[in-house]
Amino acid sequence: MNEFTTGIPILTLLTVLPLLGAALALVAGKHARGVALVTTLAALVLTLFVWTQLPADGRMGLVEQHVWAKSLGINYYLGVDGLGALMLVLSALVVLMSVDAAHRVHHQPGLYFALVLVLEAGLFGSFTALNFYHWFLFWELSLLPAFFLIKLWGGARRGPAATQFFVYTMAGSVALLVAFLAVYLSTGSMDFPHLTLLASTGELEQAITAHLGPAAILWLAIGVLAGFAVKVPIFPFHTWLPAAYAEAPSPVTMLLTGAMSKMGVYGLLRIALPLFGAQIAQIRTPLLVLAVATVVMGAWAAAAQKDLKRVLAYSSVNHLGYCLLGIFALAVPAVGVAAQTNQAMALNGVILQMFNHGLTAAALFWFVAMLQERTGGHRGIDQFGGLRKPAPVLAGLMGIALFSSLGLPGLNGFVGEFLIFCGVFSLAWVAATVSILGLLVTAAVILTVIQKVFTGPVPEHCAGFPDLHHGERMALAPVIGLMILFGVLPQLIVENVNSTVVYLLAHWRF
Amino acid sequence: MLAWTIYLSFAGALLLALLPKGLPALARWLALGVAVAGLALGVQGFIVGMGQPRVVLVDLPWVPSMGIHFLLAADGISRVLVLLTGLAAVAGVLFSWNIELRTNEFFAFFLALIGGVYGVFLSFDLFLLFVFYEIAIVPKYFLIAIWGSTRREYAAMKLALYSFVGSAMVLIGLLAAYTTAGSHSTSLIDLAHAGLPASFQMWCFPLVFTGFAILAGMWPFHTWAPTGHVAAPTAASMLLAGVVMKLGAYGCLRVAIGLFPRGLDPWGFTLIGIGSWRDIFALLAIIGIVYGALVALAQTDFKFVIGYSSVSHMGFVLLGLVTLNQIGVTGAVMQMFSHGIIAGLLFAIVGRIVYERTHTRQLAELETMHLSKRLPFAAGAFVIAGAASMGMPGFSGFWAEVQVLVGAWMVRPWWVVAAGVGIVVGVAYTWRAMQKAFFSDALPSAHVLEEEHGHKFAAITWPEVTGVSLLMGASLLVGVWPRVLLDAIEPAVKTLLAGGVQ
Repeated sequence: MNEFTTGIPILTLLTVLPLLGAALALVAGKHARGVALVTTLAALVLTLFVWTQLPADGRMGLVEQHVWAKSLGINYYLGVDGLGALMLVLSALVVLMSVDAAHRVHHQPGLYFALVLVLEAGLFGSFTALNFYHWFLFWELSLLPAFFLIKLWGGARRGPAATQFFVYTMAGSVALLVAFLAVYLSTGSMDFPHLTLLASTGELEQAITAHLGPAAILWLAIGVLAGFAVKVPIFPFHTWLPAAYAEAPSPVTMLLTGAMSKMGVYGLLRIALPLFGAQIAQIRTPLLVLAVATVVMGAWAAAAQKDLKRVLAYSSVNHLGYCLLGIFALAVPAVGVAAQTNQAMALNGVILQMFNHGLTAAALFWFVAMLQERTGGHRGIDQFGGLRKPAPVLAGLMGIALFSSLGLPGLNGFVGEFLIFCGVFSLAWVAATVSILGLLVTAAVILTVIQKVFTGPVPEHCAGFPDLHHGERMALAPVIGLMILFGVLPQLIVENVNSTVVYLLAHWRF
Repeated sequence: MLAWTIYLSFAGALLLALLPKGLPALARWLALGVAVAGLALGVQGFIVGMGQPRVVLVDLPWVPSMGIHFLLAADGISRVLVLLTGLAAVAGVLFSWNIELRTNEFFAFFLALIGGVYGVFLSFDLFLLFVFYEIAIVPKYFLIAIWGSTRREYAAMKLALYSFVGSAMVLIGLLAAYTTAGSHSTSLIDLAHAGLPASFQMWCFPLVFTGFAILAGMWPFHTWAPTGHVAAPTAASMLLAGVVMKLGAYGCLRVAIGLFPRGLDPWGFTLIGIGSWRDIFALLAIIGIVYGALVALAQTDFKFVIGYSSVSHMGFVLLGLVTLNQIGVTGAVMQMFSHGIIAGLLFAIVGRIVYERTHTRQLAELETMHLSKRLPFAAGAFVIAGAASMGMPGFSGFWAEVQVLVGAWMVRPWWVVAAGVGIVVGVAYTWRAMQKAFFSDALPSAHVLEEEHGHKFAAITWPEVTGVSLLMGASLLVGVWPRVLLDAIEPAVKTLLAGGVQ
C-alpha cells in the first residue's frame, strides 16, 4: 500500500458506491440504466485499483477495523487478499456485463437497476468482510434483491422458482447462523482471522469441545458446510438452481451464476476450510463422493436438457463441481513437499476456475439473451439451426465462449480445470478419475449445442436472424478478449493468487 | 426535562378535549405538535443522559402518611423506552391523519394514553407507576370501542378485563410487598433494598410477573392481543403493539425482577425438568414464540398475521428477561424497542395504507388486487418492514433476537433450539403474507385490468410517507449502529441485575 491510499477506506467506499448508485437509479426513471452503467464502471475501476494494492506476501491488505457491537464480538472488519480481490474484480465485471445486457427492461427500470446495484453491494460486502456478522449481513443482503429480480422480472413460472431459491438459501443461512453462534459462544470471537488462528493451533476445537461436548465441532462443521452447499450448490442441494436460472431473466441469471454462486465457494475457502479443516478432512471421503456426484450428475443432467438455459444451468453445476473437487481433495494433512505442491496447485486451480467460470458462464447467458431477443423468446436447442450463415459474428464469438466452457487449451476455462486435475490426481486419484467422465460428457454437451444451433438447415423463424450490431460487438469484444487473454497469459491472475494460496495453506490445519 | 413528556401529553389531551368541535385540522396539528415535542424531549433526554446512571427528575411527597412520593427518575432502560414512546406517538398521529369522526376526542384519548405510558416508564415509585399503568387502560378502551372495527365492543371489553385482572394481581403483590417491607416507603429503590424474605418473594414474584406479563401477551394469557390489535383503529393498534405491550414487559423487569429476584431461585426440587418459576416462565415464553408464529402462519386476515406475530415477538422479550444475564436482558430491552418500531410499522402498512384503500384485509381478496403494481410504496415498505420483522441482519430486530438467543444459550441451550424454530416459522409467515398480499402471480384478466384502471387508489399522502420513513429509519439506524441503544441499555441492565440478583 502506498502513501496515497493509507487512511482512505477504499473497501468501504467500494461497498457504498453501488448503494449510492442504487438510490440514484431508483429516482432516475428512464436513465436508470445509464446510472447503473456509470456506477458499475466506476466500481470496476476501483476493484482493479484494489487488485494492484495487494500485499506481495499474500496476507490481508487494505484492512479497516472498528468496534461495532462489543458485547457480541462484532467488529467492522474489512480486508482483501488475492482471493477476495479476484472475486471483487469478477463481481464488478459480471455486474457490468449484466447491466450491459439488460437493455430491454421496460417494466420499472429504476427498481430493476437499483436491485442489481444493491446486489453488487452485497457481493462486495461479503467478499471483503472479515467478521462473521459483517459477512452475514451482506450475504443476506444479496438474497433479497436476487429474489425480487427473479420474482418480478422472471419467466412464466417465476413465482415458485423465486420462492424455492429463497427458502433453500434461507435454510442454509439459518444453519450457518446457528453454527456461528455456537462458535462465538465457545470462543468469544467472530473475526475470521482470529478464528483461523485458533483453529490452526487446535484451540478452537478445544474450546468448542469444552463448551458443547466432543462431537459438537463436527456438527458445527456440517452446519457450516450445509449453508454453503446450498449456495454453490453441492449435489443433492442443487434442485433450486435449474428452476431459478431458467426462470430469471437472462441478465439476472448472469449475476446468479457469474457472481453469486462464487459466494458459496468463497465461503468454503474463507470460512469452512480455515475453521473446520480438520473436521472436513475427517469426512473427506463422503464429501468427495458428493463433489464427484456434482460433477458427473451436472454433466449428465445438462446432456438431457432441451432448454438452452437449463443446459447452461446444469453445466454451471458441473463446473462448480470441479471447484468442490479441488477443495475437498486438498483437505488432507500434507506430508512432504510434493503433497504441498499438489495442494497449492489444486487451490490455485479452484480460485482460477471460480474466476473463469464466472466470466464464461456470464458471457454464455448473455448470448442466450441475444438469441432469445432475436427469435422472440425461443431458447430450445432444437428451435435453432444454421445460425452461422445469417449471423457469423455471433456464432463465432459464442463459439469461443462455448469452447472456453468446454475447457479448450488457449482459452481461460482450461487453466483452472487443468490445475485442479493436476493437483487432485495425486491427492485423490479415484475421485479425479471418475470426474474425467464429467469432462467428457460436458464436451459432448457443448459440441451438441454448437452443432444444433450453428449448423444444419435454418428454421423458418430464424430466417431474418440479424447478426450482432455494432454496439453489441463493442460490448462483447472485451469479454471475449479477456477469455483469450487469460487463456494465454494466466499469470496475470496467478501471480497475486499464488502468494495468497501459499499464505492460506500455511495457516490452515487439516 | 424528561418529566415534561408526561405533563405535555396530559395538557395536550386536556386542551384537545376542550377544543370546540368542527376543527379537525387544528386538532390534528395540535396533536402532532404535542407528539413531536414529546419526541424531541425524549431525544434530548436520551442524548443528555448518555453515559449517566439513574437520574432523579422530580421527587415530591404525595401521600406522606403512606410514604408515597411523586418520584420520577430515568435510567438507560427508561430513556430507551421513552424514546420509543415518542416515536410511536408521532407515527401514530401521522397515521391517524384521516380520522374524521370526533377528531379532537380521538386525539385527546390518544395523548392521554401516551401520557400514561410516559408516566409508567419514568416512575420510580411503585404506587405512582401503578396509577399511570391504570390511567393507560381507560383511553385504550374508548379508542377501540368508539373508533375500532371488527367486533370492537367485544375486543375492547376483553382487553379491559384482561388488563384489570392483571392489574389486580399486580396490586395484591404491591400491597403485600409494601406491608412486608415495613419500610414506610413505596420507592422502588427503597423496596429493592428492603430485604424482602425469600419465602415471600417466592410467591409474590409469580403473582406480579404474571400480572404484568398478561399485558405483554404471554401465552396463555395472550388472547386479548390479537383481537384487540385487529379491532383497534390503526394508531391504537400501533400503540397497543408498539408500547402498551412494552408496559407489561417493563413491569416484569422493573418491578417483578427488580423487587423479587429471589423468586426466580430454584425451588429445590424438579418436576419433569422444571425446577423454578424461571423455568416455567421461560417455557411459557417459548410456547408463545412458537405458537404465535404457527398461528400467524394460518391466518386469513392480514391484520391477524401481524397481531399473532406480536405474541411471538414478545415471547423473545419475556425469554430474554428470565435469562437474568447481562446479554439476555439487554437483548430483551432492545427487542422491546425494536418490536415497538417494527410492529407499529407493520400495523400502519396493513391497517392504514392498504386497508384504507382496498377496504379488505382478507389475504385471499388482496391476492387478486396486484398491489405490488397498484400500491408500490406499500409493497416496498412492507418488504423492508417484513425483513426487519424476520430478524434480517441490518435491522434492529436481528441484534435483539441474537442477544436474547445468546443469553438463553448460556442458561439452557435447548431454549435456543426451540426459539430458533419460532424464527424459522417467523420467516415463513412473513413471507407468506407478503407474497399473498402484494406479489401474487395470478395474471389479471383484461376485464379486471380495465376495472383497476378505472378505480385508481388514492395517492399516498405525506403523513404516510413521513411516518413510514420515521419508523423505518429508526429500525435501520439501530440495525446498522446498535451501539446507539446498547450504550444506554447495558449499564442500566448491569445496575438492575446487580441490585437484585446475586
